Amino acid sequence: MPGGVAQGGRLARGKGRTGSTSEPVVVKVLLTLIALGFLGLFLVVPLAAVFHQAFEKGWQAYLAAIQEPTAMAAIRLTLLTALISVPLNLVFGLAASWAIAKFNFMGKNLLLTLIDLPFAVSPVISGMVFVLLFGRQGLLGPWMQAHDFKIIFAVPGIVLATLFVTFPFVAREMIPLMQAQGTEEEQAAVVLGASGWQMFRRVTLPNVKWGLLYGVILCNARAMGEFGAVSVVSGHIRGLTNTLPLHVEIMYNEYEFAGAFAVASLLTLLALVTLVLKSLVEWFSARGMDHAKPAA
Amino acid sequence: MSIEVKNIRKRFGRFDALNGVDLKVETGELVALLGPSGSGKTTLLRIIAGLEEADTGDVLFHGEDVARRSARDRQVGFVFQHYALFRHMSVLENVAFGLRVRPRRLRPSNAVIKERSLELLNLVQLEGLADRRPSQLSGGQRQRVALARALAVEPRVLLLDEPFGALDAKVRQELRRWLRRLQDELQITTLFVTHDQEEALEVADRVVVMNGGRIEQDGTPDEVYEHPATPFVYNFLGSVNLFHGRVHAGEAQLGPLSVTAPEHARADNAPAIGYVRPHDLDVQRSPNGTTVEVLVRHVSAIGPVVRLELERKDDGAAIEAELTRERFRELAVKAGDSVHVKPKKLKVFVNDDYSI
Repeated sequence: MPGGVAQGGRLARGKGRTGSTSEPVVVKVLLTLIALGFLGLFLVVPLAAVFHQAFEKGWQAYLAAIQEPTAMAAIRLTLLTALISVPLNLVFGLAASWAIAKFNFMGKNLLLTLIDLPFAVSPVISGMVFVLLFGRQGLLGPWMQAHDFKIIFAVPGIVLATLFVTFPFVAREMIPLMQAQGTEEEQAAVVLGASGWQMFRRVTLPNVKWGLLYGVILCNARAMGEFGAVSVVSGHIRGLTNTLPLHVEIMYNEYEFAGAFAVASLLTLLALVTLVLKSLVEWFSARGMDHAKPAA
Repeated sequence: MSIEVKNIRKRFGRFDALNGVDLKVETGELVALLGPSGSGKTTLLRIIAGLEEADTGDVLFHGEDVARRSARDRQVGFVFQHYALFRHMSVLENVAFGLRVRPRRLRPSNAVIKERSLELLNLVQLEGLADRRPSQLSGGQRQRVALARALAVEPRVLLLDEPFGALDAKVRQELRRWLRRLQDELQITTLFVTHDQEEALEVADRVVVMNGGRIEQDGTPDEVYEHPATPFVYNFLGSVNLFHGRVHAGEAQLGPLSVTAPEHARADNAPAIGYVRPHDLDVQRSPNGTTVEVLVRHVSAIGPVVRLELERKDDGAAIEAELTRERFRELAVKAGDSVHVKPKKLKVFVNDDYSI
């Protein structure tokens, strides 16, 4: 069939088509370049800039900036905040997703909405809420003064604000996961004689461990890096109520750029470590998924 | 151990799943709960297991009321339709689970647990697969692991929810026969749910046919097949041909057929339907007594039987007849022939509000 052959020839000679279902090479290259360019401009360049500026005055200056007492205090405070918020949110997230995924109760939808609330609210407003509640002119202000509790402009306030903004991370990771897994395994465990705790420990938890880890990693990253909400409640008292992000701001505002970037590089390292851990979890979880996939 | 349920009612929102169900399963019996989707059979099974709670009614194990007891304390073995194996545990650990979660004083040692689990795997013919994960097994193998797991805790009662529903036909057949033999050996009171009437009739000691939250008939496979109590049972357990007519004082007139129906001795010219199974229709070349004349529309040879699709000459209604190959060869019918059918066995039901 001469016509067919000619048509085939024309198609084969088309602009670098590798097959009938993929784009021409030109398009592929263009799209890749755009993506890389975007990535480079908004991600790689700023990261490189941080490290470049941090080491501008040399290695000694870098170490000095980090070991400076107020910087160390900021590091300690950041670690403390994360150490408190992350476990608490882990427990809460686990409990909430367990309740939502495995049971039906009144107010379930309300709970779901409330869990998502911190995502919808601006971090600055989140901080303000606590000031309005516990600040001196706040709702519970007089009560707090009477009992000599300091929340605003003190460490408890920082922890509370961080707790609030990192609230949803674990829960949002776990809820769809648990819902997808259903309740049949738990039912089987119950009929076989397992108590509630045994069922949770032996059946539910192992099935969600990767989702849980993922949620914790995200929660931690946010807890350590939160700026807006913490800034409002902290009072910026040097050496006492400054977390790492706040300390960076202070140094920058005092024109100590090298120092600011030195401390900022710590946060950047944290971000990179988080990314690596995230990828590892995804990789392990994908391997685990092969176990979970049903045989054809 | 026997199971008895009395007047069980269960409602989900506005849907009445169970409408007053009474059932007794004797020790060592293998009973099938048969019915279409929505008939309430799975709900009943789950209520017996303790996974659901009935709105009213009693559940008794060997005469003892267990309604207060949670699923955990009822000592039943439950096999789910989709196996519900613990996906992150090995096959051996799955089977051992029930023993591992026992309270400390009742828990056997690790060595004993392992030994018993391996024994059970032998019983279900899965020795050698102890270290596999559920995802690495075929459907039939998974179902057997689920069964071994349920048996590990030495339950007094075994409950199976459409155990072979998710498997292909050949595996289903093999497994159902295997289950029958296993149950004969273990003599454990077993109740299983199915919508496959062939399965129920082949495996069970007794078949309980359910529809719309009620029990339509409770009897041996022979009883429910040969002497169905209601049109629903007749229709559900196999194909059926209908002959419409009227019944008066014990005599039914269904088209050209006259049949005695002593069970309707008090009927007063009531509309009635005669039910005949395809294999109970005698197909003849020439009229022999009162017969119905039909036209052969289609002949299908299906395995050991030959199915004839027929059309009545008087009213055009469709009739289905089933012949053995031998008889078919004797008759030598083909599409387009005119033949006569005569029911060998017919059941008359007075036309209530039941409609097919």
